[in-house]
Amino acid sequence: MNGDMKLKLRIWRQRGPREKGRLVDYEVSAIAPDMSFLEVLDLLNEHLCAHGEEPVAFDHDCREGICGACGVVVNGQAHGPDAKTTACQLHMRRYKDGDTLVIEPFRARAFPIIKDLVVDRSVFDRIIAAGGFISVNAGSAPEANFVRVPKDKSDLAMDAAECVGCGACVAACKNASAMLFVGAKVSHFALLPQGQAERETRVLTMVKAMDEAGFGNCTNELECEAACPRGVSGDNIARLNREFIHATLKTRKG
Amino acid sequence: MTTPPAAIDSKLDAKIPSGPLAEKWDRHRFELKLVNPANKRKFEVIVVGTGLAGASAAATLGELGYSVKCFCIQDSPRRAHSIAAQGGINAAKNYPNDGDSVFRLFYDTVKGGDFRSREANVYRLAQVSNHIIDLCVAQGVPFAREYGGFLSNRSFGGAQVSRTFYARGQTGQQLLLGAYSALMRQVAHKQVQIFPRMEILEFVISHGSVRGIVTRNLVTGEIRCHAAHAVVLATGGYGNVFYLSSNAKSGNVTATWRAYRKGAFFANLCFTQIHPTCIPMHGTYQAKLTLMSESLRNDGRVWVPKKPGDSRAPQDIPEGERDYFLERKYPSFGNLVPRDIASRSAKSVCDEGRGVGSTGHAVYLDFSDAVGRLGEDVIRERYGNLFEMYEKITAESPYKTPMMIYPAIHYTMGGLWVDYNLMSTLPGLFVLGEANFSDHGANRLGASALMQGLADGYYIIPYTIGGYLAGTSLPPVTTGDPEFREAEAEATGRIEKLLSIRGKRAVREIHRELGMLLWNDCGMSRNAAGLGAALARIPEIREEFWKNAMVTGSTGEFNQDLEYAGRVADFLEFAELMVEDALTREESCGGHFREESETPDGESLRDDARFCHVAAWESQGAGKPPVLHKEPLAFETVRLTQRSYK
Repeated sequence: MNGDMKLKLRIWRQRGPREKGRLVDYEVSAIAPDMSFLEVLDLLNEHLCAHGEEPVAFDHDCREGICGACGVVVNGQAHGPDAKTTACQLHMRRYKDGDTLVIEPFRARAFPIIKDLVVDRSVFDRIIAAGGFISVNAGSAPEANFVRVPKDKSDLAMDAAECVGCGACVAACKNASAMLFVGAKVSHFALLPQGQAERETRVLTMVKAMDEAGFGNCTNELECEAACPRGVSGDNIARLNREFIHATLKTRKG
Repeated sequence: MTTPPAAIDSKLDAKIPSGPLAEKWDRHRFELKLVNPANKRKFEVIVVGTGLAGASAAATLGELGYSVKCFCIQDSPRRAHSIAAQGGINAAKNYPNDGDSVFRLFYDTVKGGDFRSREANVYRLAQVSNHIIDLCVAQGVPFAREYGGFLSNRSFGGAQVSRTFYARGQTGQQLLLGAYSALMRQVAHKQVQIFPRMEILEFVISHGSVRGIVTRNLVTGEIRCHAAHAVVLATGGYGNVFYLSSNAKSGNVTATWRAYRKGAFFANLCFTQIHPTCIPMHGTYQAKLTLMSESLRNDGRVWVPKKPGDSRAPQDIPEGERDYFLERKYPSFGNLVPRDIASRSAKSVCDEGRGVGSTGHAVYLDFSDAVGRLGEDVIRERYGNLFEMYEKITAESPYKTPMMIYPAIHYTMGGLWVDYNLMSTLPGLFVLGEANFSDHGANRLGASALMQGLADGYYIIPYTIGGYLAGTSLPPVTTGDPEFREAEAEATGRIEKLLSIRGKRAVREIHRELGMLLWNDCGMSRNAAGLGAALARIPEIREEFWKNAMVTGSTGEFNQDLEYAGRVADFLEFAELMVEDALTREESCGGHFREESETPDGESLRDDARFCHVAAWESQGAGKPPVLHKEPLAFETVRLTQRSYK
């Protein structure tokens, strides 16, 4: 016996990308308040296996809030109710005995469902491949202290670089927009002297890849910022817009 | 005193270049054959794993023009567990002007590893450390900076200079995102092809060289062969054999264990690192342990009550009744002693009944002095995200009450044996990062894992793999060759066997049982009786697994239960060899503490006469005892001393 809390879970079950999904009700007992949300899913899965039923598929890895693998919608909120918290760091002391948790995958056209709560977010990799880097080869870097970076700029770049690529911003947005994800990466490099050489091409190619992937447009409601487990600021969307307009005008021919 | 170089085991030629220590790497790079730039694209290289070592290797090999296929188990290369490294990365830049040098970093690493690593490898590591910082900064890694815009450094365990570069408490994340962005750039240039959600199940050997791998697509279950001219393995350590560790859940030994079964030697398995500052265990439902960065020991003071069984709240225990045991026992390093020493000291005060918290298996890490001296804002700036993480998990604020910490399995110094070129005993199989055994000896210093992973990937493998490819005759192979079909059949056969068990016990439960056994008998402190008992018990647990494990679903689908069962099956074989290695090494050194071998004041006692070697095990096949090979360690530059941090 771990603890004495009981929770009702309504979980989205879907066997494969093309199959029809539905919400299925489960009850999990013996929950301790110190348990993490994913440990409750572990507990449920152990119980399901013991009864010959198929366990609930969900993505997870580091379980300390940094890898970005986990991510589900809990009672309508991406990563659950706590601010700046990934699903793996959501603890059951947040809930009362008898509460119901409705658990669904991150929903977006650009994130097809693979199985149950697991979605395909590889589109984020394609956006990074479109320009989310500084082109430097391993042999050609100058001495690290050659370029000074003012501390405030460096801190702002770090704030943007906090993004773990989980996709909660997309799931939380009614338009399924990826502007916060793209804005964070564009800002990270645009704020640093090292990122200047490719500043304009980067924002144009990344935005193009984002648009082609089927994400919606941003309507500035900042649900993304509220859902972001790393607290990445919506200011990065404003910076993305500015960088994009600047680059578009500057590179326009004629 | 220098140890006499003993006769070299014919199967274990480390290929260390001759000449003075500081010139070896230069000389070797000159002597290595080069692949003509126009020919590089004709060579296919497989890289398995996309942590710091794998991502940096794949990116750099792509930059050089090789055709690279890169596999990872996660849904994106950006999620490999290097991402969770918190504290920092070492380099010998000497920016603080406090006496650091390449030689000092080399010396500290050899000493920190308790004189069980190769001098030549470690010296090379220290030499390339500075290039890593240069490259990461050029990639846009937002390292911490001073107000003048220059890079900032902090100190870390096992060193008396400040040589650690950091990005808040997320250095691993930022370095990995740097390597990942370099990797994705090569994907855009079509030099690298990425295969996410793939697990490696088998290696293919043709004409004596490793020429391919067999993978399972974790989404569709498809088993497929991939051919190449060389395979680079960067699949991390085996800490999850202990069930509870600070490793990510997908961490496994399968890739390295399958390589061992095919002929790669496994070395120094008993060198496991137990990190002193983890959030203590509670409840059996717990899926993992969470590390709190060692950097916290810069400002946090470790203590327990002087009186056993003292159950007062920490703030009610007066200063005079507290035992700051690290400061007391090791006045010159204090709270910054290396990890193995800090861990064992915590265990011994808890064994005396002076541990705190509900289980008695915890010690305090107290920031009240630092908050008083520097103010809460400075502490927040340094450790804010770690404090938040701690509070999320425990519901207690370290600004107000001391943290409770306890040691946990964190890193494994042992791994596949590699020579100076990072090639295993299987020709064509290179092993990088935590997956190899090479640079950390019996104990790794803080902030050195990131350094080694990136050194291997950015600055060593790009040279040494060229030497291999240019200097080896590799006949063409295709995935239709019988060697590929056989390897595929082996992988498929194992999966079918797992699915046919249809037993009653959850795999997790069996894994937990194995983990508890190893933690008790092959954990922080080991003795012959306990190790012998574990050796007897492991085959029984393994038998229970193959008779009674419950593996649901089928192979041709997304099946996390099946994935996990395959990894636990390999842990159950691996565990036996790890315990055997621990039993054979009848000395205490670094992370391996044998109770039979200690100094009168309880410190670990090495036996250089009998054990100044790398223990490399060769598989004779499942069910047959392995053969032990020894690579003698010759110390020509560093004097072997009893490590002292007093």
